[in-house]
Amino acid sequence: MIDYSRIINKKTRDMKPSGIRKFFDLAQTMENVIALGVGEPNFQTPWPIRRAAITALERGKTFYTANSGLYNLRQSISEYVKDYAKTEYSPDDEIIVTVGGSEAIDLSIRAIVEPGDEVLIVEPCFVCYKPIVELSGGIPVVVETKAEDDFKLTAKALKEKITEKTKALILPFPNNPTGAIMKKEDLAPIAEVLRDMNIIVLSDEIYSELTYGRKHCSIVEFDSMRERTILINGFSKAFAMTGWRLGFLCAPKELVSQILKIHQYGIMSSPTVSQYAAIEALKNCRSDIDMMVDEYNMRRRFCVHGFNEIGLDCFEPEGAFYVFPCIKSTGLSSQEFCEKLLYTKNVAVVPGDAFGECGEGFIRVSYAYSLEHLKKAIRKIGEFVREIKENG
Amino acid sequence: MDSLLKLLKKNARLSNSELGVMLGISEQEVAERIEKLENDGIIKGYNTVINEQAAADCGDLVTAYIELKVSPKAQSGFDEIARTVSQYDEVENVWLMSGGYDLGITIKGTNLMDISLFVAQRLAPLEGVLSTATHFVLKKYKDNGIDLSDKIIDERGLVSP
Repeated sequence: MIDYSRIINKKTRDMKPSGIRKFFDLAQTMENVIALGVGEPNFQTPWPIRRAAITALERGKTFYTANSGLYNLRQSISEYVKDYAKTEYSPDDEIIVTVGGSEAIDLSIRAIVEPGDEVLIVEPCFVCYKPIVELSGGIPVVVETKAEDDFKLTAKALKEKITEKTKALILPFPNNPTGAIMKKEDLAPIAEVLRDMNIIVLSDEIYSELTYGRKHCSIVEFDSMRERTILINGFSKAFAMTGWRLGFLCAPKELVSQILKIHQYGIMSSPTVSQYAAIEALKNCRSDIDMMVDEYNMRRRFCVHGFNEIGLDCFEPEGAFYVFPCIKSTGLSSQEFCEKLLYTKNVAVVPGDAFGECGEGFIRVSYAYSLEHLKKAIRKIGEFVREIKENG
Repeated sequence: MDSLLKLLKKNARLSNSELGVMLGISEQEVAERIEKLENDGIIKGYNTVINEQAAADCGDLVTAYIELKVSPKAQSGFDEIARTVSQYDEVENVWLMSGGYDLGITIKGTNLMDISLFVAQRLAPLEGVLSTATHFVLKKYKDNGIDLSDKIIDERGLVSP
């Protein structure tokens, strides 16, 4: 009989399934669950974008594209990034169209991390950075952010973790799960720390369009940061295109030419139909983003207010579509809170520690749902909190 | 459009306090702004969008769209006849149109005969009406921006990163 334990790579075997997966399996066993757990928009992809994909199919656009993506799309991405990050990347050799932001993260980490390299990961954060770093033999070094800093990365916390071995910093803002953003004045001291170091920044800006009250600021806008940054973004959140699997990375050509090799051998090229759809998105659907942002913003205010009112402290997140209320006042751990809430009230939220240890004591609530849905869910969570506080 | 109006247009049943929270203004300010919008004639009313096809007691309601060609009056143009037509309770919408006819009207009746009689006896004989063309609505898919199709199912998973 074949011995699979000797077949599977040890690093793969050691990889833990994400805490979210565990919770998903649990929620799956229940009926009529009111979910607040998803990390994707509730909007459908705007119709003109879907239409463009249909047209591409009708015209028989069914072949591979260039490895780095359709030239027209790279051009549009170049203009788009210049617009929002005030930084130019050449469509010729500084942009790769990837299979979602996820592939861009994977490629970047694999291209730069060698065994023993330390990679700074700002937590709480999206679940994929750590396992990919470990798969490459790197050592994830967590930089914790705190509620009292509004979950922003501080220069002090960053400096404390930098060593001789530090190869990269993963900077995930606007942040999933906290909704925190880094404003210009928050990024300036970070750029100051990094300016003279041989450390690459992976700036995961997938939520860059979803900020409230101010525009997103990218680290590449700062002096001499472009040369040490891989900017990652995509279409999933901004244009409600999660299922199309399309993202991109921008970096100096010395990096892109190396990263492209992994993409070329592993993926060939990103889905062609999705690429045609993405051209339409960038060309003609930027105003749809404004509509979605307006909607999210109202729900965001509604949720922050709602959670504070039911006795769960909730700081005001300025980005993404999550609120991150503190549940410490209930005396429960994040896991206990979420499990009990699911069992007694049929409401699914995600325990904060699924995004890193410092997320303990918090829950992630997605407001990518209709207002009616949110209202009902928050009312039920309110009942739950009252019962816990009364009866223990 | 003003963000308060946008919210009300989508859901007129939100309370002033909910509206205030979502817009980041006080309940009091919401009340004042709504009052002003009403007084200024910008908000003209609050309707409910009913899927008549699904409601048992109005399932046989018939809607018709009528094109009306009229000859405008020297002084008042199309306004006078448009106002006259608007008087009828059966008439839901009256629009002055560009193109091949002048007034576009929607009316509701309990059956086809009802509407035919209304057109023949009330609209056609009005002074200035040159001709009418009646189109019956067979099925509504979307009404006032709201999709009337079956319940929309959230196809996203319960929990995802």
